[in-house]
Amino acid sequence: MPTRADILARAAALRDRFERAGAVPVETPVLQPAETLLDLYGEDIRARAYLTSDALRGEQVLRPDFTVPVVQMHMAQGAEPARYTYSGEVFRRQEHDPDRANEYIQVGYEVFDRTDPAGADAEVFALFAEVLAPLNLRAATGDIGILMAAVRGLSTTEARRAALMRHIWRPRRFRALLDRFSGKTPPPPSRTALLAAAEPFAGTSPEIGMRSRDEVEQRIAALRADAEAPALDGQELSALAALLKVRETAPYALEQLRDIAVDLPSITPALDRLQARIDALAAHGIDVEQLDFEANYGRTSMEYYDGFVFGFYAERMPNQPPVATGGRYDALTRHLGRNAEIPAVGGVLRPGLMLELEAMA
Amino acid sequence: MTLKLGVPSKGRLMEKTFSWFEKRGVTLTRTGSDREYAGAVDGVQGVALVLLSAGEVPRELAAGRIHLGVTGTDLVHEKLPLWNSQVQEIAPLGFGHADLILAVPQFWVDVDTLDDLDAAASAFRAHHGFRLRIATKYHRLVREFLREAGVADYALVDSQGATEGTVKNETAEMIADITSTGETLRANHLKLLADGLILKSQATLWRSRVAPYPEEDQKALSILLEKIGAS
Repeated sequence: MPTRADILARAAALRDRFERAGAVPVETPVLQPAETLLDLYGEDIRARAYLTSDALRGEQVLRPDFTVPVVQMHMAQGAEPARYTYSGEVFRRQEHDPDRANEYIQVGYEVFDRTDPAGADAEVFALFAEVLAPLNLRAATGDIGILMAAVRGLSTTEARRAALMRHIWRPRRFRALLDRFSGKTPPPPSRTALLAAAEPFAGTSPEIGMRSRDEVEQRIAALRADAEAPALDGQELSALAALLKVRETAPYALEQLRDIAVDLPSITPALDRLQARIDALAAHGIDVEQLDFEANYGRTSMEYYDGFVFGFYAERMPNQPPVATGGRYDALTRHLGRNAEIPAVGGVLRPGLMLELEAMA
Repeated sequence: MTLKLGVPSKGRLMEKTFSWFEKRGVTLTRTGSDREYAGAVDGVQGVALVLLSAGEVPRELAAGRIHLGVTGTDLVHEKLPLWNSQVQEIAPLGFGHADLILAVPQFWVDVDTLDDLDAAASAFRAHHGFRLRIATKYHRLVREFLREAGVADYALVDSQGATEGTVKNETAEMIADITSTGETLRANHLKLLADGLILKSQATLWRSRVAPYPEEDQKALSILLEKIGAS
C-alpha cells in the first residue's frame, strides 16, 4: 500500500499539471453545511456521507466531494472563464463493503466556460487521459443529456415527462414509470377503485397532519387526468429502448443514435453536441475510433451530471471504484445559482489508486 | 472462560425468554436483588447469563463480548449493516412478533402504494418547500427500503417514542414504526401502505460470529445448542 506521503506527493504533482493547464488552485473547508447536499440528494446522502451537527450551525457534513463547494465559491466570486484545481481528503460513509475506503485523497480539475462546451469537455477528458496514460485504463464515456432530450421530446403529458425526468438517475423507477405510462403495467386496483368512487373520502377518519385534504384532492385530479391520457407512443418507446442500449465506439454510437433520432427528433441538438465533442476530442489527440460510448453510462451514481460523463477503470482491480470520473453539470450550477446557470465540466482522480496500480504493474 | 448468553433484562421479553429456555431444560434466573442485573444458568455447565437492554444485544454480539444473545430481528438488521457476517441466526423464539411498516394518515385516499407515496412526496415538496417527513427510529432500514423502492423527496425525522402521535402534532407527515396488531395505528387515524412492509421481526437467538470460542466454550456451546434443539 502506498504511504500517505506518497499519495500527497502524487496529488501535488497532479495539481501542478492542472495548474500548468491554466487552473487556479483552491481550498474548501472540510466541514460543509449539510443543507445543500440534503436538498440535492435527499436522505440518500446520509448513507454515503458522514453527517454531524452542533446546536449552533445545525447539520454539517464531512465533504463527500469538492464540486459543490467549488461551484458555490465560483458563483460567489469567480470571473469567467475560470479553471480550478484542488486536492484533499473526501469522506464517504461505507455501510456495505468494508474494503472500500471511507477517506481518501481526491485531485480535481473544473472548467467554467460558456463559450465552447464541446472544447471544454474535450479539454478535461484529454487532460485526464494524458495523466492516466501510463496506467492503461479503460475509458468509458456517455451523455446523460441525450436521454434527457429524449424524455423532454416524448409526445405525452407534461406531468408524465416531469415524472420521468425526476427519476432519470433511478433507472429501475424510470423503467417502472415507462411500463405504467405505456400501459404495460395496469394501474393498481386501489387506484382504479379510487377513481371510480363517487365519494372518495367516505368512511375515512378526520384530516390530520400538514398534508391537507386539498392536496389529496389535487392528486386525485392529477390521477384522473393521467388515467385519461393516452398510452405512450409505441414507436417512441421502442426508440427510447434502443437508445438506452447503444454501446459502441463513439463514431458508431453516433451513427446508431442518428438513426434513432428519426423516431425521436428531439435528441438531434444533443447529437449535434455529441458530434462536436467527438470532433473536439479528436482535435485533442484522442483516438475516438477506439473510444467507448454507452448511452446508459453514469445513471446509477448519485452524481449530478447532465451531459458528457466519463470514467477511467482499472480492469486489474474490478472490485475497486473507478480511478477517475467526471462530467458536465450545468444543472447543478443552475440549481445552486438560483437559475443563474454557468456551464461547467470537470473531474476527479484518486492518486492513491493510481499508486496502487503502478505498484501492481 | 465461560460462554456468555445475553438476554433482555426487563419485562415480557425477559420472562418469555426465560420460559423458552426453561421448556428446553435450561433454567435462567436473576440473582441478587430485584434491581441487580445479575443472573445464573442451570442445566448447562460453563454458561453465564448477561442481562442487558435488548437494544444493546446487537452491538455486544458484533463486538464479540457475548457469544449468544436474544433480541429482535429489527434491532439486528437496523444496527448491524453486515449482520449476516457478524451474527448467525440460531433460532426464532416464536414471540415478540412485530412488523416494521410504513403508515400514512387514513384520509390520504390517494396513497395506497409506494408508487403513490413517491408521487405525493414530490407534490408535497413542491407545495410546502420541504421534503415529506417520516418519523421513525429505524433510520437505516427505512432509508434502504425506500431507496430500493425508488422513493424520493422524503426526510427522516427521529422519533424515539409515541411515533404514532407525530402526524397529529405536525412534526411528521407519516411514520415508519413497529406494530404488532395495528390497533395503535387505527386509534391514531393511520393506515398501512399496501406494499410498505419493511421487515417482519420476532425475538431471535443469535450467535456471534466474531467472539472467540476456546475449546471449553465450544463444548458448552454444542451442549447448549443440543439441549435447545438447534445443533
